[in-house]
Amino acid sequence: MICNLKSTARFAYVIRGGRETRHARADYHKEAVQRKITLMLMISPRMATAIQEKQYAPTLLNFFVYNPKFGPREGEEEKKILFYHPNEVEKNEKIRNVGLCEAIVQFTRTFCPTKPAKSLHTQKNRQFFFEPEENFWMVMVVRNPMTEKTNREGKPTVEYHEEEIIDTVYGAVLQQCYNMYKLFNGTFSRAMEAGGVELLKQKLETFFYRYLQTLHLQSCDLLDVFGGISFFPLDKMTYLKIQSFVNQVEENHSLIKYTAFLYNDQLIWSGLEQDDMRILYKYLTTSLFPRHLEPELAGRDSPMRPEMAGNLLHYGRFLTGPPNLKDPEAKFRFPKIFVTAEDGYEELHLIVYKAMSAAVCFMISASVELTREFCEQLDSLVGPQLTLLASDICEQYNVNRRISGPEKEPQFKFIYFNHMNLAEKSTIHMRKTASVSLTSVHPDLMKILGDINCDFSRVDEDEEIIVKAMTDYWVVGKKSDQRELYVILNQKNANLIEVNEEVKRLCATQFNNIFFLD
Amino acid sequence: MSEEHYLELCDNPVQFENASSVNNVFFDEANKQVFAVRSGGATGVVVKGPDDKNSIAFRMDDKGEVKCIKFSFGNKILAVQRTSKSVEFINFIPDMPTMEYSQECKTKNASVLGFCWTSWNEIVFITDQGIEFYQVIPDKRSLKLQKNQSINVNWYMYCPETSVILLSTTVQGNVLQPFVFRNGTMSKMSKFEIELPAVPKPAKLSLSERDIAVATIYGQLYVMYLKHHSRTVNSPGAEVVLYHLTREGACKKTHVLKLNTTGKFALNVVDNLVVVHHQSSQTSIIFDIKVKDPDSTLNVHQPVLPARSIHPYKIPLRGPTAVGSQTPVPCELYSSTWSVFQPDIIISASEGYLWYLQVKLQPAVILLKDKGKLMDFLLRRRDCKMVILSVCSQMLIGGERGSLPVIATVFDKLNQVYKEYLEAEQSYTMAVESGQSRGNPSLKRPVRTQAVIDQSDMYTHVLSIFTEKKDVSHKFIIAVLMEYIRSLNLFQITVQHYLYELVIKTLVHHNLFYMLHQFLQYHVLSDSKPLACLLLSLESTYPPAHQLSLDMLKRLSTANDEIVEVLLSKHQVLGALRFIRSVGGHDNVSARKFLDAARQAGDEMLFYTIFRFFEQRNQRLRGSPNFTPGEHCEEHVAYFKQVFGEQALMKPATL
Repeated sequence: MICNLKSTARFAYVIRGGRETRHARADYHKEAVQRKITLMLMISPRMATAIQEKQYAPTLLNFFVYNPKFGPREGEEEKKILFYHPNEVEKNEKIRNVGLCEAIVQFTRTFCPTKPAKSLHTQKNRQFFFEPEENFWMVMVVRNPMTEKTNREGKPTVEYHEEEIIDTVYGAVLQQCYNMYKLFNGTFSRAMEAGGVELLKQKLETFFYRYLQTLHLQSCDLLDVFGGISFFPLDKMTYLKIQSFVNQVEENHSLIKYTAFLYNDQLIWSGLEQDDMRILYKYLTTSLFPRHLEPELAGRDSPMRPEMAGNLLHYGRFLTGPPNLKDPEAKFRFPKIFVTAEDGYEELHLIVYKAMSAAVCFMISASVELTREFCEQLDSLVGPQLTLLASDICEQYNVNRRISGPEKEPQFKFIYFNHMNLAEKSTIHMRKTASVSLTSVHPDLMKILGDINCDFSRVDEDEEIIVKAMTDYWVVGKKSDQRELYVILNQKNANLIEVNEEVKRLCATQFNNIFFLD
Repeated sequence: MSEEHYLELCDNPVQFENASSVNNVFFDEANKQVFAVRSGGATGVVVKGPDDKNSIAFRMDDKGEVKCIKFSFGNKILAVQRTSKSVEFINFIPDMPTMEYSQECKTKNASVLGFCWTSWNEIVFITDQGIEFYQVIPDKRSLKLQKNQSINVNWYMYCPETSVILLSTTVQGNVLQPFVFRNGTMSKMSKFEIELPAVPKPAKLSLSERDIAVATIYGQLYVMYLKHHSRTVNSPGAEVVLYHLTREGACKKTHVLKLNTTGKFALNVVDNLVVVHHQSSQTSIIFDIKVKDPDSTLNVHQPVLPARSIHPYKIPLRGPTAVGSQTPVPCELYSSTWSVFQPDIIISASEGYLWYLQVKLQPAVILLKDKGKLMDFLLRRRDCKMVILSVCSQMLIGGERGSLPVIATVFDKLNQVYKEYLEAEQSYTMAVESGQSRGNPSLKRPVRTQAVIDQSDMYTHVLSIFTEKKDVSHKFIIAVLMEYIRSLNLFQITVQHYLYELVIKTLVHHNLFYMLHQFLQYHVLSDSKPLACLLLSLESTYPPAHQLSLDMLKRLSTANDEIVEVLLSKHQVLGALRFIRSVGGHDNVSARKFLDAARQAGDEMLFYTIFRFFEQRNQRLRGSPNFTPGEHCEEHVAYFKQVFGEQALMKPATL
């Protein structure tokens, strides 16, 4: 049972440059050059009551896709619905819910035709609307987190915590749903062109039936908003070796159109464009890699059994495609993905090959038939080299760590994100697994991060927000140009000045190689 | 086929009167001079040198048949041997007595085998019983014995470059005793034995001077022994065995060159390559002793290139009819009248020609298919630069395009040599700066050989041309450039800015901005001000270039002024001021610059803030908030008064 720590009050001191009224001018200049600081205080948590409480995390209530143009006439409303989760819901209720959404969207459009409603807040749940393609709407309904209490009479009462759900986080989750669908299926209109509504429905059903099961709404946070990519820190020489490897493989197999290289689930090289890589990275790190990690941990499918190719020992194996090259009978297929190309999109085979901690993705035009011989050739070319590279990277990484020393390891908990290259870094999140993403801080602190992010997204200028949270926690958000940094500090009796100094120190050690205004 | 002849005779041979019954021809290996002695000198002696076009001609009395004739260094003194007992001398120094003088060998009953000059006035007599080292005193027309050594001598051999005389001793003649002459001293080196293919019984002279040659290869002195095929030993052919001769220590057998055939051979050394001429097949082969055979610990070498004949050579017709433009006739190569001298000289006495043998590198490019081996070979040659660069070009463009691993190997080989030179240069500079050069004659500025192919060579002759090619895929271009940068980094060579520029140009040209971004993210393109400026210029087509550029300027830590300029140009006046303050430069910046930018931003409050900041600075630095005339801020003061009123100006602080 977790004590519910919750803010009861929020004060904001705003000292902003250039927006001050005239009478404040006399003192203004002192602070203006200083910084735009927003300071917020979160006053102590409410005491946990002795009464028994039961906590419920946010859960997915409904998820549906519709197109209002498909059943414009009365009595044909069902035709609008392309996908509905859960499917068991009675038909009329489906129609009602879809109709409601349609109405809300239409209604809000009158206020701002270009920006229709994004979400609807109610006491019990929240609805998110997203129109990824013209007239195609995706709606996700999330039940608010709640506390169930049994009062003195033994009667259960439910308290909803509506404010704990952040629009940007779940809005981003909904967009991710679409992007993931698009990665494996192409756009909705593509399915429509290829096989009409029936095909689209079928594709939606197949995809979302499985995908929705992997949504873990309770652990969504700021990182979902960023949808960033974690880059593996690497010295120049090893990086160039990887370049050399990628170029050589691409030269050898001219079929390969794009290559991506990852180590330890972190990106090192992407031949794909940024936006495609972003979603592919999401798939690899939250779905494909964790899925293969678990059997490895269980000792099955062990990579510790090296393959012999000639005299060279290597640990390479396919994560997609043929699970075992030795079995000539085994059927295999590579997943297909869709990425943007000059003329719309292109369909590609996704080959993911891994040796130790290094993984390479090779993407080949889907029009090419990939044979077993091709896989064998690729295996014998890539396996030994990748094994060698993986151990090189590992060694180099350890060397660098030893040089920088453990004392340089951040004592701080922070999240960094750069909009320009989507680089993200978090010392808050533990390793992601297929099922949950673990954070090492209290959800309430995560929520403050989300709030600060919302504040940042409203203004274009550089800003800094410092929040005093419960107990001894301070949360600092900084925005400089296209970069955002969020720091969580826990210092006994620290004051504003000390916290500020601490963050300065962090920037000086962790971010001294980038232009980060303080 | 003709482009496969990798050996050729030089274009400008030394011509002399061909040997005949009345004309004796001598060759001096030390001065590389050919002596044509007509009728024992009475009707004239003509001396032709390697490069001095003006030959020397003189007469001397015919006192019998000349056995040996040589000038001392600088043509100061002429030595002539006519008998086996003595040597005669004639001064060629102006204002010196010109009458001949003579020196008999000191050892009784010994006969003089020959003599060698070791300096302008020092000479060594080699007799069958030892050697005698003399100093010639030309003005006194006499010689002074410096040193002598008794030893039974079968024959001798002289290497003028190193002043080493090799004596064949013992009955079989296979124990060689070297002596070295330097600065007027004679010193004995350790003797060594040549392994004979078979030991004759009874013992007799078995090692002929024809089978021995002495030459310097890669700066080291080697005795080359032509070991003929022996029927008793089951070997497939003759060999050349190399003995490494060092000043100190024993002479060691170090290399074996496999000839894979039998017959008559002759040896030359050209450009550190051992050339073996085979007379019966009329071909030659070359060996490079630096080519390592990874399979054997013994240095057994196979020819670098397949056997080819020397490039056909034509000479003008000789004789009375040879007037004007006669059609040249082919010269008979590998003629039995040829004499071969070390290191690279071939003389045809019957036709009156002296040639230098030369190695052509272009045919090697065709004959050596393995690009790695080819590069190793070329990098060790003297005139290799243009050939190497053309190989690099061919490897990137055209039908015989190399694969990336091959290209990588070639780049690594080039940069290895390049790095070695840079390091030598650096340690020399350091030694000079630290003052070690004084009193240290061994410290020499490293010689930059043609094999040093630097970045500007590669850029000018190979890469810039290659990247302009329309028919090469950009993927390949980028891969090659990255491969070159990788190789430079491997050897820790600082990459020049123009190479990065080439990479960026190529990437931008093909809209590969994300790739560029990733390269910069991993600092593959090293930070520099020019690169940062280049990035700034890309901002309009690729907005993130702005951030990349600022980051780079920040890391340089010497570009604070540039950062301020960038921020001001973006109207980020406050940001610029905060930045310059954070690096402690706000006391020195121009107030006018910031006020200008604030005015342009069109934000009154911003202007107020900046104005007030500088008023405070004035107060702090000069005790008054007013701007000095030198700051040229009058216009801004007026504007400030106009917008905010005179009373808004800061009052001077009163104590």
